[in-house]
Amino acid sequence: MKQVYRRPHSLKKAPFHYCPGCGHSIAHRVIAEVIDEMNLQDKVIGIPPPGCSVFAYHYFDVDMVESAHGRGAAVATGIKRAFPQAIVFTYQGDGDLAAIGTAETIHAANRGERITAIFINNAVYGMTGGQMAPTTLLSQKTTTTPYGRSAQLEGYPLKISEMLALVKGTVYIERTAVSSPANIMKTKKAVRKAFQTQIDDLGFSLVEILSPCPVNWKMAPLEAWQWIEKEMTKEFPLGVIKDVTGK
Amino acid sequence: MPRILLSGNSAIGEGAIRAGCQCYFGYPITPQNELTEYMATHLSRRKGCSFIQAESELSAINMVYGASVAGVRVMTSSSSPGISLKQEGISYLAACQLPAVIVNMSRGGPGLGSISATQSDYFQSTRGGGHGDYRTIVLAPSSVQELADLTHRAFDLADRYLIPVIILGDSMLGQMMEPVEFHHEVPRRLPVRDQALRGAHGRASRFVKTFTSKPTELEEINWSLFRRYRLIEKKETTCESSLVDDAELVVVAFGIAARIAKGAIRKARSNGLKVGLLRPVTLWPFPSEQVKKTAARTKHFLVFEMNMGQMVEDVKLALDGAGEVGFYGRPGGVIPTPSEVFRVVSREYYQRGLSIER
Ligand SMILES: Cc1ncc(C[n+]2csc(CCOP(=O)(O)OP(=O)(O)O)c2C)c(N)n1
Repeated sequence: MKQVYRRPHSLKKAPFHYCPGCGHSIAHRVIAEVIDEMNLQDKVIGIPPPGCSVFAYHYFDVDMVESAHGRGAAVATGIKRAFPQAIVFTYQGDGDLAAIGTAETIHAANRGERITAIFINNAVYGMTGGQMAPTTLLSQKTTTTPYGRSAQLEGYPLKISEMLALVKGTVYIERTAVSSPANIMKTKKAVRKAFQTQIDDLGFSLVEILSPCPVNWKMAPLEAWQWIEKEMTKEFPLGVIKDVTGK
Repeated sequence: MPRILLSGNSAIGEGAIRAGCQCYFGYPITPQNELTEYMATHLSRRKGCSFIQAESELSAINMVYGASVAGVRVMTSSSSPGISLKQEGISYLAACQLPAVIVNMSRGGPGLGSISATQSDYFQSTRGGGHGDYRTIVLAPSSVQELADLTHRAFDLADRYLIPVIILGDSMLGQMMEPVEFHHEVPRRLPVRDQALRGAHGRASRFVKTFTSKPTELEEINWSLFRRYRLIEKKETTCESSLVDDAELVVVAFGIAARIAKGAIRKARSNGLKVGLLRPVTLWPFPSEQVKKTAARTKHFLVFEMNMGQMVEDVKLALDGAGEVGFYGRPGGVIPTPSEVFRVVSREYYQRGLSIER
């Protein structure tokens, strides 16, 4: 019998602890499939910071190191500079990458560090219970914007990927979503391209993945998928934001 | 190797390179900029080495964390306000049992303070500094030669005990120039440390982490850290003593203050006052045993620090009532002269009715 679906080698035999309908498990699987297909399992070092995915090392069967909240890009820089043969990726939430870790991210990108950031945008702080993230949409309710995010009081959703596209050291930035089978396939393609960019020694690459958080959004999983496609993509349009890889 | 004239900051840089330091990440702050600049000049183009002027001390210490995870010898340096920013990272290094060398050419505080020499970071250095139950080894040199030697020792200690090591200097030590001799050549290639993360090539994948949802697991980690700390206390405690054997009054001072105290003690001796010096070289582990032993000979102690009284607490803890401890301190970056300290020493000496040699 022909096998058409199996656990990627780069995922351990451990059930995910994520909430039902959470996008982290899909993103994990997509990354693991790419690592398998590119034959990188023994070269990769992954960096999960605090956030819902802090236990990512229980799932990924590759070398991993936890970073402090927001410091992923700096830790990745240190690893890559000390051991350039490694393929280094961070796996960061929107709070992690776009709030507390903004400086580390922008400067690693500007130095053109040969690292890859996987940026999970779920428009909230998941792990700490659904507070506002820099990417929270206007009028979106979170536990710290109980009346809805107001531009006047809380500012606007931050488009860090577009900001990073302005930075010379970045070579490939794409925004995808894990909100439908077609988008999941596009996510996989983007992750592969981001890793290839690093292998080709071209510079900093980032894939922003719009990812559902049904529990904190207080939606059913299907509703959450639809909310990504209808609402989130209005503020965060999908597609290639920057590609100067020449490939 | 011939002796060469170097500033303290440059001597650390040269010492680090000769200890096999492969990565340096720093952020400018006076009075340690010469060290960052030394590494930019002498390390950045070296094969297999890396230098980054980071965007902040936070970034620098986390780059250190990354390089240490990857198994190379790595150093960062800063001065007091920047060291405060590094504390989160130092706590993570301690938790993950990762070696690193962190230089603090300390300056006056609190706040932005001053750029002059003080010793006001003693508490921060010797109590861990960041959050959580941990210690770092703290080395307190008092000359440029000792800066060079202790830099080498710092890397060895960090690797041996898998612990961050702090070199605590001050702006005077960092900037003064003295002849110095290096006893090591740059090593060709250091072996990659066991447990380094370099991709799961030919072995099972590994991870390095601090977070756990099980208090009992963390308790065991804390226990194992402290078992190692006990070992370090037993094996690595270092203290210089001079003229203590016949001393009736013993001055306890570290770093540059000890240097000043030596001048004062020389003067005291020439006036017939029997004064000696204990100089802790490791501030953590603190030489409690040595202090206690000294109390078997005399119970008169005077602690001199360039702060409002920090190490004096460790001296009192060590003596546990077995000695009478006076304190003299000048905070804020005021550097007392040996004559000033001599006046304090002799006042203490007469007030306690100690005997004068005629
Ligand atoms: C210095 C510090 N501040 C705050 C926290 C608490 N904290 C843990 S995860 C997190 C944010 C999580 O949100 P995000 O990065 O968006 O990831 P998600 O959980 O949504 O996947 C925060 C604030 C921390 N661990 N460290």
